[in-house]
Amino acid sequence: MIRLPPFRFFTPGTLTEATRLFAEHERAVVVSGGTDLYPNMKRLQVSPPSLISLRGVRELKTIQAGADGSIHLGAGMTLTQIERHALVRERVPSLVEAIPLVSTLPLRNMGTLGGNLCLDTRCHFINQTPFWRQAVGSCLKDVGDVCRVAPGGSRCWAIASADLPPLLIALGARIRLVSERGEREIPLSELYRDDGIHYLNKMQDEILTRVILPRNENVRAGYLKLRRRGAFDFPSLGVGAALQFNADGVCESARVVLGAVTSKPLEMPQAQGLVGEKLSAPLIAGVAEAIALQARPLQLADYTYAFRKQMVAVYTSKLLNRLAD
Amino acid sequence: MSEMRIVGKPRTKIDAVSKVTGAAKYGDDMMLPRMAYGKLLRSTQPHAYIRRIDVSRARALPGVLDVITGKDLPIHYGVLPNNQDETALAMDRVRYIGEPVAAVAALDERTAERACDLIEVEYEPIKPLLTMEDALAPNAGRIHDWTRTPNAHKIVSLEFGDVEAAFGRADLVREDTFLYEGNSHVPLETHAVVAKFEGGHLTLWSGTQVPHYVQRALAQVLNIPHGHVRVILPAIGGGFGGKSEPLSFEFCASELSRRTGRPVKIVLTREEQFYTHRGRHPAKMWMKTGVKRDGELTGLAVKIFLDGGAFSSFGIASTYYTGALTPITYKVPAYKFDGVRVFTNKPPCGPKRGHGGPQPRFGFEIQLDKLAEDLGMDPIALRRRNLVEPYSTTVNSLRITSCGLSECIAQVEKGSGWQERRGKMPPGKGLGFAASAYLSGTGTTMWHPDLPHSGAHVQIDRGGAITVFCGSAEIGQGSDHLLAALVAEELGVYPEDVRVVAGDTGITPVDLGSYSSRVTFMSGNATLKATGELKAKLLEAASRVLETAPEELEFGDYEIHDRNDHANSIKLVDAIVRAEAQFGTLGATGSYSPPRLGGNYRGSVIGTSPAYSFTACVAQVDVDADTGEVRVEKLWVAHDCGRALNPTLVHGQIQGCAYMGVGEALMETQQIDGRGLHMSPSLLEYHLPTSIETPEIETILVQAIDPEGPYGAKEAGEGPQNPIVPAITNAVYQATGVRFDETPLSADKVYRALHKKKGQRETTLTIPEFRFPEPERPTPREYYGDCS
Repeated sequence: MIRLPPFRFFTPGTLTEATRLFAEHERAVVVSGGTDLYPNMKRLQVSPPSLISLRGVRELKTIQAGADGSIHLGAGMTLTQIERHALVRERVPSLVEAIPLVSTLPLRNMGTLGGNLCLDTRCHFINQTPFWRQAVGSCLKDVGDVCRVAPGGSRCWAIASADLPPLLIALGARIRLVSERGEREIPLSELYRDDGIHYLNKMQDEILTRVILPRNENVRAGYLKLRRRGAFDFPSLGVGAALQFNADGVCESARVVLGAVTSKPLEMPQAQGLVGEKLSAPLIAGVAEAIALQARPLQLADYTYAFRKQMVAVYTSKLLNRLAD
Repeated sequence: MSEMRIVGKPRTKIDAVSKVTGAAKYGDDMMLPRMAYGKLLRSTQPHAYIRRIDVSRARALPGVLDVITGKDLPIHYGVLPNNQDETALAMDRVRYIGEPVAAVAALDERTAERACDLIEVEYEPIKPLLTMEDALAPNAGRIHDWTRTPNAHKIVSLEFGDVEAAFGRADLVREDTFLYEGNSHVPLETHAVVAKFEGGHLTLWSGTQVPHYVQRALAQVLNIPHGHVRVILPAIGGGFGGKSEPLSFEFCASELSRRTGRPVKIVLTREEQFYTHRGRHPAKMWMKTGVKRDGELTGLAVKIFLDGGAFSSFGIASTYYTGALTPITYKVPAYKFDGVRVFTNKPPCGPKRGHGGPQPRFGFEIQLDKLAEDLGMDPIALRRRNLVEPYSTTVNSLRITSCGLSECIAQVEKGSGWQERRGKMPPGKGLGFAASAYLSGTGTTMWHPDLPHSGAHVQIDRGGAITVFCGSAEIGQGSDHLLAALVAEELGVYPEDVRVVAGDTGITPVDLGSYSSRVTFMSGNATLKATGELKAKLLEAASRVLETAPEELEFGDYEIHDRNDHANSIKLVDAIVRAEAQFGTLGATGSYSPPRLGGNYRGSVIGTSPAYSFTACVAQVDVDADTGEVRVEKLWVAHDCGRALNPTLVHGQIQGCAYMGVGEALMETQQIDGRGLHMSPSLLEYHLPTSIETPEIETILVQAIDPEGPYGAKEAGEGPQNPIVPAITNAVYQATGVRFDETPLSADKVYRALHKKKGQRETTLTIPEFRFPEPERPTPREYYGDCS
């Protein structure tokens, strides 16, 4: 059996307690559902001396409607809780459709929204046991000094592998980060950096407390995922999109965000080609091709990189056609 | 025969409740007082000399009890007597990444792991040979020094009839090259053992399919008397062929127990299970088939290259099987087989469900599909034109007894609506067909060919308790249940009334184990023989009381009665008491040896079996042209298992085979990369189908009663796997118009083929360059007189 390495475990009951613990333990790592962190710890990809668990923090477990039509999702809600929540079901059907594409039901019962948004980047060469990594000779994200995917370069190419960010970024989600030093609200898209190792623009002591979805009238959104099986698998490609139409059916805004291509969810400006138009299949195909042209996946996830690139056009087109229907 | 009470009726397995409630105790559940934990250090090199191993730091770690390396267990072993090429731990050379190099016993598993990290191994790398082409290239190095041709583990060249003349007679000849990827068994339970060495005697609890072979190898390697070794099977979470030979950790746990004086447990991780492997050989195959205009087959020539990995395992048998099993379904008047198993620096391959059958079956059934199209024939009609007949002899001198293949084909043809629906389905959808045959137990054993393959002992005490002792291995397939059911049918009780003591070499007669789908047939026959002797005594005793001749008596529910007057009866327990009074303690031993089969050539016994099962499959698929994704929508599988002793279990075995076939067809591969590293050493990356990918499976039982099987039964555990992959592949052709001559049909591969761009570089399948020797041309042996 592969066991967790030893660590200290803190279980704050309030946000204040939690932020104080982070201020006191500067190498502590946040854990919520643990579905991402614990397997990575078992493989000794990370070995934090202490973990601060958010499972008992009440403030993170609420879903509220804002007066401005926004929805505030507590980052500590499990994916299953969000999927089944009446307000979410009524107001954000695209999220309700996307959540079941994440992993498996048992993991969604444990995994939280905040955890999903902060999911560590993944790569064939890092998500392995120490034995395997030793046999391959280690890599940048591990203790080595060579990237096994692109050995010539000096950066880590591990990919953003969470399913919800592409959709939530397309929906214009913002997030709140809280620490003892204060709190700030930023667009979700700004949480991510295109760096497989330092992939989050978040200080170690900052806790992601909530996700704020703006009022989304006349918005059609969705998420499609390429994976080998209908369960378990991380995305080999994720496509999130949100389109807004006016009364005449003209597209007023369009956002397309790709997951599992680079180290951050990739917002594709080519989607602007849809704005001001009534959407047709040829128009969509053209935009999808333009998007695919700019997507350059590397050989580090399931399926060949060539196929993943080809599927960018196919999946983008499929999703946009569905939303335009 | 009077009406049967148990046999043929669907019943819940006797061990079902203990399995589903969690009461069953598996290897990892075993806890013994003072037990220590073992861990193996594995090679990080695909091919290297070991120049130095320093275990001093590991030994010094508090909690570490002992550390052993290759020199501590230097005696070679191997599951087949003529290929003893493994040692428990690598001696002076490693041959694949993951090969065990040292073993540690410690007070807990974490300490054992840390100790492994402290062992220093200095390797001197040797150029690894990771493909068959590299291994067979002139001037390639050698992985083993003893092979006559470098890295060619086993070469077989046989010709039955004149194949060139046969092709000359044909109106149409096709040649194709195929690739069947290797894959692993992935049982739910990884390998788990506990060894206890006490007073010079070793007891090993191991989740093995072959307790007898493990006992034999332990005695050999630990150099202790055979009788001082006892192998006991706990509950086992599946085997599928991966647990059917003695393996490193069994010796290591035993040796560590001998040295430390403590019981030692070793449980492998999933990753270690993939390195231990012994799974399906990747196979590159060339096939040439000739047919007459009316579909009559004239001849078949096959070249097969098996990528064996680093050690022999069952490799000799694997090589022969890939040749032997192909001509069993259809009459092939002339047949040439060239096969070679090649050593490479990868985890060793071995037997997996259908051993040696699925790879050539894949190629042959696809080639027949192509020939049918070339001839303008329905693919099923082409097969029908050539069906083997019951009680006939194949071109390679295999004896066929009962055969329900024709009925199997009719059933799937009807069930799938083949005639009405094929070719008239919406774009992207298609039906495909394939058929196959498999052994009901191998007709030979390489260790003691003259001794019984299975023994059983049945005893009855004066209170009516019935116990059957048999060395057979219950690995989840239901062998315990079947032995109980057979005894229950014979003696007028129910399976739940029969205690089965199986898989314990200390107290059960030898059975060779759960491989080659042999247990129902062979242990079943042995058990019936033993029970028959007791039955006669009980009838004799009852006859005295009932004043009726024994021939007029039969067993009913817990009684023996006059078959013409059921009121004239005696309770079973009373008959037992009287029989014990008359004959003394009631116990009887039975054994089973298959008839002497095989042709007039070396290796001809491999592929023989006292009876063959037959299977036909129709697959329905849906292919998404935009994404290349293949979905298997439905499988119809008809299987001739002889008498279905318990239909519930047979349906379950067919379902399991079909599921495994879907995995091999669509996604499963054991891929080793250019460094010699396993590409998918976890359940996340080694893709098995989930319930979402598993189609509806309609299982149909065809019962061609076999004269030699227990109550006419044959096998069900492996045969149905064979036609699934080619049936799915043929269906994908129907759905898309594109042929795939390789597995698996992953979306990227299918997409690439469906969206072929002009000038796109073609990757054509090839076989390695290799000169096979002049074939042996044996004179045929006929079992049923002159066939002409």
